[in-house]
Amino acid sequence: MARSSSKDAQDLFRALWSAYAATPTNLKIIDLYVLFAVFTALIQVVYMALVGSFPFNSFLSGVLSCVGTAVLAVCLRIQVNKENKEFKDLAPERAFADFVLCNLVLHLVIMNFLG
Amino acid sequence: SVISLEDAYEALRVFEILGIEEKTHSSTATCEKVLENLGSSSPLKDLFYALKVNKILKCNVNGEGFEDIASRLKANVHDASILLDIYYSIGGLVLMKDQDSNVDVLLADVDGVFQSIKALSQSDGRWRYSSDNPESSTYAAGLALEALAGVISLASSEIDQSKVNIVKNDIVKLFDGIEKYDDETFYFDEKFVGGNEQRGFLSTTSSVVRGVTAFAAVTSGKINLPEDKILGLAKFFLGVGIPGDAKDFFNQVESLAFLESNRISIPLILSLPETVYSLTKKGQLKVKVNTVLGSAVPPLTVKVVRAFSTGAKDSAIIDSKELQYDQESGFHFLDAFPKNVDVETYVFVFEIVLHDCGSENVYATGGQIHVPIFVTGIIEVGNAEISVLNSNIGSAETQKKLDLAGNDVVSLSANHLQKLKLSFQLTTPHGHVFKPHQAFIKLRHETKVEHVFVVGNTGKKFEIILDFLGLVEKLFYLSGRYDIELTVGDATMENSFLQLLGHVELDLPEAPEKAAHPPPPPVDPYSRYGPKAEITHIFRAPEKRPDQKLSLAFLGLILLPFIGFLVGLLRLGVNLKNFPGSTVPATFAILFHVGIGAVLLLYVLFWLKLDLFTTLKTVGLLGAFLMFVGHRILSHIALTSAKLKSA
Repeated sequence: MARSSSKDAQDLFRALWSAYAATPTNLKIIDLYVLFAVFTALIQVVYMALVGSFPFNSFLSGVLSCVGTAVLAVCLRIQVNKENKEFKDLAPERAFADFVLCNLVLHLVIMNFLG
Repeated sequence: SVISLEDAYEALRVFEILGIEEKTHSSTATCEKVLENLGSSSPLKDLFYALKVNKILKCNVNGEGFEDIASRLKANVHDASILLDIYYSIGGLVLMKDQDSNVDVLLADVDGVFQSIKALSQSDGRWRYSSDNPESSTYAAGLALEALAGVISLASSEIDQSKVNIVKNDIVKLFDGIEKYDDETFYFDEKFVGGNEQRGFLSTTSSVVRGVTAFAAVTSGKINLPEDKILGLAKFFLGVGIPGDAKDFFNQVESLAFLESNRISIPLILSLPETVYSLTKKGQLKVKVNTVLGSAVPPLTVKVVRAFSTGAKDSAIIDSKELQYDQESGFHFLDAFPKNVDVETYVFVFEIVLHDCGSENVYATGGQIHVPIFVTGIIEVGNAEISVLNSNIGSAETQKKLDLAGNDVVSLSANHLQKLKLSFQLTTPHGHVFKPHQAFIKLRHETKVEHVFVVGNTGKKFEIILDFLGLVEKLFYLSGRYDIELTVGDATMENSFLQLLGHVELDLPEAPEKAAHPPPPPVDPYSRYGPKAEITHIFRAPEKRPDQKLSLAFLGLILLPFIGFLVGLLRLGVNLKNFPGSTVPATFAILFHVGIGAVLLLYVLFWLKLDLFTTLKTVGLLGAFLMFVGHRILSHIALTSAKLKSA
């Protein structure tokens, strides 16, 4: 039983991986970026867990910058994805411009809050 | 300095009365002002005061203008219905009559003017300022009486005596409303509040004195005013002291000058230069009688009707004795004090007896005058003893005689079960028992804590017994050496003393916990100017910071995802193939990336040292630039990809 479940898990994983390989490159870049942001946030949380939350504002700004930029990247991915019928009429360049602008504003706020 | 004619007149009049010669340069300036105001078009008040000043200063005024002024004033007198206008006009005419005998100032219709002034009088002797104003004023009564006196002196023919008597009755009624203080001084008060100016007692009373004395001066016959009221008015002005205001000073001095030689009654003031007689020095009791401004008086004798001690009012030490008069010094003196005068407070009752019986009506002597006299002397302290007694039996453990004349001190010791007893006797020079105002004994501990006790007296001697058993709490349970000081004092005692008697070593039990603590020693009042205590600031304990190595390790750890991101990008085959080739789009593309880099650099600078305002300003500028550039490049890329799609 255990062997079949682990084999099932491996098969599932391989199927997912091959399906994922089919996605266009630009979307893969965005996914990589999101993963990078999330990992950075996780490392910051682990650090805070070790040394305590002083100064709290710095911790928050660090984590929220990662989370924020990840969210914006996800938005970009949604808008750029050609298979998404909702955003058919929106040019990907426009979405990218929004992404850049929002990131700049986010990072201004983050830098102010960093202290 | 520019001062008004009224103030100048007041100052000059005071100098005139007090006999002070004032020849300053201001008299020329004042004369100029007088000449200015002696025109026929000047206001009445200024004209009046100009004439008053001229009377004293005798400026070089030519008499030609006087005729015009006189006719103007006479016209004013007949037309006016306001008291002040009539007063100034009449006053001006009287002054001109004195200064220039050629001018015709006599009034034609004397009865009419008299009537118009009298019409404003009230039933209680006061006057109104005008027929429109219902308020009556005591000050106005003074002005009216002065004006009436002026009218009488300006009359060409003899005035009707019945009219004069009516005014005399008004004066008597006015004096019925006089106010009085407890010490027999009389004054006039203004009853109504309001009007142009608030008049104080001094100006109201002096206005009445001016008016009444002026009226008495021009009429014959007596005005029935009781002499104690006139004397009371004199005492009021003398009792004011030296007023701080120039106007008050003028009112005081001028009223005293009028009282000095008035036709109603001249007050005589009895005064003593010294009210203390010392039995040891044996001086003389001197009395002086003067008029209010210190002039000579008619021949008189001062008599001591009675003299008695305040303690024994019934037995008199002097009964009806006349004082001798010393021609040179002008004092009346008592040649010999009675033998039984002792250290005490006495009351002497004086009476002034005029030699000429006829002058009784002219002068106000004031009847019997009570004056307190203090007799002082040396008080002998005798039989002084201090002892420590055992409480139960009362037997003395230590008993020492004190010699309070000398400087020797005694040393005693006692514990809380014993008592301290001090006794002494005080006798006057005549051998009577003396009771001083103060008899205190003070115990002072080494730590400067003090306790004061009153020494009581048992008729013949002074005695105090300090029972330490009961006093233990009051003494704050402080054992140790106490200084004993005795204070005996009185106003009539010439040798009041504060003397250190000696020391007593007190042995008191330990203080229980709940006992009161002795008061802290008095703080030196100058110590607050010295340096203050050092303040140690307590800072908030800084937060515990993590180990530096740990922080650096995590810094490295943070960089890992970034490196992973870059590696992943390479693995995905990121390339720059789509970078625009032609120049213009290429420039825009480069500028776009430069712009983003600049904004990120700005953020780093913001974190390091810039403030929000400069950052926002720069971000605004860069953002605008970025938007422009970005729009160009991105629209270019969009256009090319659209072309590719359609193609």
